[in-house]
Amino acid sequence: MNVKMRTVNTSVQKKDAKALVTGKPVFTDDLAPGDCLIVKVLRSPHAHALIGQIDTEKANKVDGIVCILTYQDVPNKRFTMAGQTYPEPSPYDRLILDQRMRFVGDAAAIVAGETEEAVDHAMRLIKVDYEVLEPVLDFRKAKDHKVLIHPEDNWESLCPVGADNRRNLCACGGEEHGDVNELLEQCDYVVEQVYHTKANQQAMMETFRAYSYLDAYGRLNMVASTQVTFHVRRILAHALDIPKSRIRVIKPRIGGGFGAKQTVVAEVYPAIVTMKTGRAAKIIYSRYESQIASSPRHEMEIRVRVGADKNGILQAIDVYTLSNTGAYGEHGPTTVGLSGHKSIPLYRTPRAFRFAYDVVYTNCMSAGAYRGYGATQGIFAVESAINELAEKIGMDKVKIRELNMVREGDIMPAYYGETLNSCALDRCMARAKEMMEWDRKYPSVDMGNGKVRGVGVAMAMQGSAISGVDVASVELRLNDDGFYTLMIGASDMGTGCDTTLAQVASDCLECDLDQIVVHGTDTDVSPYDSGSYASSTMYLTGMAVVKACGEMRDKILDKGAEYLSCEKDTLEFDGSRVWQPAGGLEISLKDIGNKVMCSNNNMLSAGASHTSPVSPPPFMVGMAEVEVDKETGEAELIDYVAVVDCGTTINPNLARIQTEGGLAQGIGMALYEDITYTDKGQMIQNSFMQYKLPSRLDVGNIRVEFESSYEPTGPFGAKSIGEIVINTPSPAIADAIASAVGARVRELPITAEKVYREIK
Amino acid sequence: MQIEFTLNGRLIYEETSDDETLFHLLRRKGCYSVKCGCETENCGLCTVLVNGVSRLSCSYLAARADGCDVVTLEGAQKEAEEFGSFLAAEGAEQCGFCSPGLIMNVLAMEKELDSYEEENVKEYLAGNLCRCSGYMGQLRAVKSYLSRGENRNEC
Repeated sequence: MNVKMRTVNTSVQKKDAKALVTGKPVFTDDLAPGDCLIVKVLRSPHAHALIGQIDTEKANKVDGIVCILTYQDVPNKRFTMAGQTYPEPSPYDRLILDQRMRFVGDAAAIVAGETEEAVDHAMRLIKVDYEVLEPVLDFRKAKDHKVLIHPEDNWESLCPVGADNRRNLCACGGEEHGDVNELLEQCDYVVEQVYHTKANQQAMMETFRAYSYLDAYGRLNMVASTQVTFHVRRILAHALDIPKSRIRVIKPRIGGGFGAKQTVVAEVYPAIVTMKTGRAAKIIYSRYESQIASSPRHEMEIRVRVGADKNGILQAIDVYTLSNTGAYGEHGPTTVGLSGHKSIPLYRTPRAFRFAYDVVYTNCMSAGAYRGYGATQGIFAVESAINELAEKIGMDKVKIRELNMVREGDIMPAYYGETLNSCALDRCMARAKEMMEWDRKYPSVDMGNGKVRGVGVAMAMQGSAISGVDVASVELRLNDDGFYTLMIGASDMGTGCDTTLAQVASDCLECDLDQIVVHGTDTDVSPYDSGSYASSTMYLTGMAVVKACGEMRDKILDKGAEYLSCEKDTLEFDGSRVWQPAGGLEISLKDIGNKVMCSNNNMLSAGASHTSPVSPPPFMVGMAEVEVDKETGEAELIDYVAVVDCGTTINPNLARIQTEGGLAQGIGMALYEDITYTDKGQMIQNSFMQYKLPSRLDVGNIRVEFESSYEPTGPFGAKSIGEIVINTPSPAIADAIASAVGARVRELPITAEKVYREIK
Repeated sequence: MQIEFTLNGRLIYEETSDDETLFHLLRRKGCYSVKCGCETENCGLCTVLVNGVSRLSCSYLAARADGCDVVTLEGAQKEAEEFGSFLAAEGAEQCGFCSPGLIMNVLAMEKELDSYEEENVKEYLAGNLCRCSGYMGQLRAVKSYLSRGENRNEC
């Protein structure tokens, strides 16, 4: 099919925009039945403990309390909350309620009652006897620690990821290409440094929430704020030990996800209450719970060794990542891979690379999936190391990248051996340099008032879907009067994929956008889709739309031939009619849509699945300009320039907003957002009072442009945009501060105190 | 206790407890546009107008609304649609969960500020957090909205 772009690459408004801006009740808690039981979780005050007795007698007597569940009331069958394709790489290390508490905030009991007041009252009356155990809080000491986080016999790892619960290991592994040590020894310049990133919270504005009820068939219906409806169905079946056929999962509008909702954080609690009581039940996480017991970024410590010859040509890169998965292993074995696989391949020149890693359990909150998914951490480390190497050589930091960056047509040994078919990284760099006026500002300008402005640079990549794993499916139906229903399994979580996928369909079917009605997602109705994560939605689901539309066009021609009583190959379909250029016959799409509703044996329905053997990387260059106060170390972000190659921008406005939003999140990670624990394992930044999200006063001026390449395996040449956008701020801002005042901070966030201590 | 107040133009009598927040009462009365993002007065999602002034309903006792005029987005649909169209034109509503609170505060700002200089606007809206948009699209929308019907750009 050879179609022109009419709707694609235009900034149409989101289909749900009006409902959203007028505050219509379209989110999970707006839709929950009024008689829902209120469900809350009683949480452990100890980082590591065994529960002895739980006395619920008094609590059960509270007026309005309907059910209190403890570890004795749940299936003793371990599962993972990670929303991944089965068999999940994340180990099966959870129970809905366990006797062992593994972090402060771990679930000790589930309480359900008629009102929030009753539940709160009952929670205060539950008496839990804890046998407090020594916690493992330092992830550098967790591997082979004498204290085991998961000593249980029914812990299970389904995939060969190097997991060993007897060593506190959630995963380990590595790979080497060429002789790294020998090449580094021959290098004229070598940098070896350690970088540390924290367990940042996604902090989507809508906290975790879900409600459940039994339908007319006695099946468990779950309405959840999730990115992974089909994974929720499977995970609930595992957790509750019931058949998947007894579960239906529905996703309404979602108030942001950023990966947080790729983990089934809250759904099991109302689900088990509904199964036990037969009543509708809902859980709404407080911000406090969302901060202390959720699915944040994996804290990582990354050691980088990188060397160059006398001309600044890179010879070898060596990356070792230690990742802290916390109490449970959700996304532990997979996030760590990206710290190497999405950082090392940014450079084409190294003749050798090595990437090794350990992922350890600790008694901290379990980590999960967060936009960037390990790439963010790895890129902070590798890009910072490249900047330090440039300083050592005495070379401009743009120059070192121009000499070494990956280029279109390259084969990337550190990226699964894939060939790079689309890459405008060089153009992104050239444009960013112009926009920032790099040559004028680099490295720094003394403002003469005790403040110095500096500029910094970083490059980034990500993937587009998980190659050979992710599956996207759509179904397309023609209805009367010739409008279409596009059923998708991908989850629009605010990003706008209901609209952008309709844009793709609209061009493939040569019709107006309003002719496409999008439905998603409901596991009883939608075709299977692994879900909206791993930067997969446009690249994969978009291609499934292209395929389904092709099939639909063919079926429309079949029907046209039948109704016009002529040969199909004499006909054409132009979006509004089937017609015969030679003979003048024609029938409108509207008439076909109406005619098939009477005396018809062929349903005008098309369905397609799509998976991809490759994961084409989008690319990006970010440049930061900061102003640093030499006396206090305080750094203010003045300007941020970003140029992105995501392939074709299906909707330029939405791609821009993705970029600006991801940059702001990345700026928060770079400068403000910290997660720390007391020596008893209590997380300190447990509200927005302590966990500082950037406000509109903190993000400076963000300027975004696109330099598009054309990806031949993507819909209309598109790759992905969702995740890559968070990857440049940390290294670029760290570098800008170093350029300004010589303070190289290698641990995030880069606070004034850390800068001050490093100012020479 | 019983309180009496005007909610979106309608006088209502409502039973409330000493510790009920205005946020809870409003949701109880079906004003589902009002969202809660933090419970600690940091995010601005629960913003409503009390006697024309922006208030964070998550930390405002319902009892204090006694005798007041309370407006939520349900009572400002025309204005919401108007400003909302500028937001949507930028794609800046994104997930939309913070939109009602932002819009209420923009409406308050429009009345309260004498000058729509960019710095004033940013400062006025600083309490409205958004995790999706990075704020730039919202700023573009606010600027276009405030200068609608004019040939010149005020900020």
